[in-house]
Amino acid sequence: MDLANFFIQLLNSVQYGLLLFMLAAGLTLIFGIMGVVNLAHGSFYMLGAYLAWSLSALFGSLSLAIIGGAALSVLFGLALEWLLFRHFYERDHLDQVLLTFGLIYIFEELRSILWGDDVHGVPIPELLSASIPLTDNLSYPVYRLFMSGVCLALAAGLYFLISKTRLGMKIRAGAFNRDMAEALGVNIKLIHAVVFALGVGLAAVAGMVAAPVASVYPNMGSQVLIMCFVVVVIGGIGSVRGALIAALLVGLVDTFGKVLLPQVAGMLVYILMAAVLLYKPEGLFKQ
Amino acid sequence: MPTRRLVLTRSAAVMGTACSGLLLPELVRAQSGKVRVGFMLPYTGTFSQLGVAIENGFRMAINEQGGKLGGREIEYFKVDDESEPSKGIENASKLVQRDKVDVLVGTVHSGVQMGIQKVARDSGVLCLIPNAGVHAATRALCAPNVFRTSFSNSQPTRALGQAMVARGHKKAVWITWKYAAGDEAFEGFKESYTAAGGTIVKELGLPFPNVEFQALLTEIAALKPDAVACFFAGGGAAKFIRDYAAAGLKGKIPLYGSGFLTEGVLDAAGPAAEGIVTTMHYSDSLDTPRNKKFRLDYVKAFRSQPDVYAVQGYDTGLLLIQGANAVKGDLGAKPALYKAMEGATIDSPRGKWTMSKAHNPVQDIYLRVVENKENKVIGIAAKALSDSGLGCKMA
Repeated sequence: MDLANFFIQLLNSVQYGLLLFMLAAGLTLIFGIMGVVNLAHGSFYMLGAYLAWSLSALFGSLSLAIIGGAALSVLFGLALEWLLFRHFYERDHLDQVLLTFGLIYIFEELRSILWGDDVHGVPIPELLSASIPLTDNLSYPVYRLFMSGVCLALAAGLYFLISKTRLGMKIRAGAFNRDMAEALGVNIKLIHAVVFALGVGLAAVAGMVAAPVASVYPNMGSQVLIMCFVVVVIGGIGSVRGALIAALLVGLVDTFGKVLLPQVAGMLVYILMAAVLLYKPEGLFKQ
Repeated sequence: MPTRRLVLTRSAAVMGTACSGLLLPELVRAQSGKVRVGFMLPYTGTFSQLGVAIENGFRMAINEQGGKLGGREIEYFKVDDESEPSKGIENASKLVQRDKVDVLVGTVHSGVQMGIQKVARDSGVLCLIPNAGVHAATRALCAPNVFRTSFSNSQPTRALGQAMVARGHKKAVWITWKYAAGDEAFEGFKESYTAAGGTIVKELGLPFPNVEFQALLTEIAALKPDAVACFFAGGGAAKFIRDYAAAGLKGKIPLYGSGFLTEGVLDAAGPAAEGIVTTMHYSDSLDTPRNKKFRLDYVKAFRSQPDVYAVQGYDTGLLLIQGANAVKGDLGAKPALYKAMEGATIDSPRGKWTMSKAHNPVQDIYLRVVENKENKVIGIAAKALSDSGLGCKMA
């Protein structure tokens, strides 16, 4: 593998890793702060992709679709939290698993009724459809840089929100000791609703930016969910920093595995997970 | 010496039995009852349009015969197989045991086909496969009562290898989804391409139905092969074609594929598909009177353009008609029925074809190129190509 090829595959890995991070961050936040195991997280990714498809056709612009879709999915997250999830914070993990597993089926059925069962492509905006040539044969699509940019911006925003703002302080306090925080006047119910909606929004935005390169199809959420859980488990459950490192690691192993060892590529990520768990049973950055 | 009374009582007994329905129904059903035809096809999900096209084609062939099979009326039964392999056996059993069909027509998905294959082998019901190309159906698990009217998964790609070498591409990369149909398509390509003197530089794959091709396209660009050969179908195929162009490979490294790559996706793929060369047992643009008449009739009957799946359904009807005519509608006369179908020549819109010993079509495979959103035929990649039928032993 020559240098230019290696460099592009590295970009591919980072881009895939950052996308996984967007999903895993929401998953790990919702678990770390509210203690909810949310198997339906992949459905929010699917929701985002289908919203991107519908709204970009409606508005004729992907960026407008992403903004509109993000707002809609956050509202959806708030409604879902208020109707269902908040009743399950104190319940057993098994109850939560049953609830969210059931939700996967409900969301798939709703998706089928609303959008049908076909595979759809979302066009890449004219402005971002070029490629940057690196050698005479190799080039890198601008849209993938855009994807990475969006993910990085959101990751930075997330870091700022959690570690530098007053709201972030309350979120951390709530995660650390719920009763104590409540006694000190933190509105935990509101915090939970905000965090949940934030997680849904992150997953949906990931689905929306991914839609043009990953297509829009039934069950796309379940496939990505498995990868997300791998990332969360490797990174350490509840750790956002761990999710970032683990997502980048999974991106690297998956991408270079596909290219260098195509026969066993499907297994490599799981081998990585098993190896990490042998060495650190709680994940790399258990809080 | 029989008395008159004895004769009378015996006659009465025979008449009574006959009238009470113990003897008569068999005779009646065999001679003048309706032929029971069961469709087990996808009517919902990703493959629903394929199921509809197959049924349309089948009905069109039957309607050309006045709606009868060997002089008998037909009663149709339908089961939606949902392209769900885990329900394959249950759904096929419904048609065979509950509806007591004489013929089972199905299906599209190779995994579901394996369920049908089991039911067909256990029950002995005549089964016609209008699409699924899974090898086992006409190889290790072949059966006297199972006939395929479409293709085997390796048939189009077996013709592809020779064609690519003939066009001067000696070094190729192969890329597909890692699942049964992808592996079987690769088998055909590998055999014919290496036999013709080509070298497969690398074999790339990703899990079905994943469509994140970026890392693999980067690898193809770095390898700089003479050409790329692939097997993709449906929405994933359109995506692959678009990504291939977006990665800057179109125009630099020619793209070849099994014909399913460009079937039904040319609108979705847009200009990125122009110039792709594929091999397939049919093309919309086949310039024969037979195909033109078929296409005109189909449009009149169903108000939509026929595709390869409609042709396969139509041919399934033609094959059954030939068999039924040979036994004058008595589908219970199995040896004669199977013999007639094995010996049949099908005058199809795709060109004339016959049955191989393992009950898979022996057919011409066309070489086609995408021009102005159409698969134009530019030659015949393989004449009267058969599937190996490896391991098939008809009991």
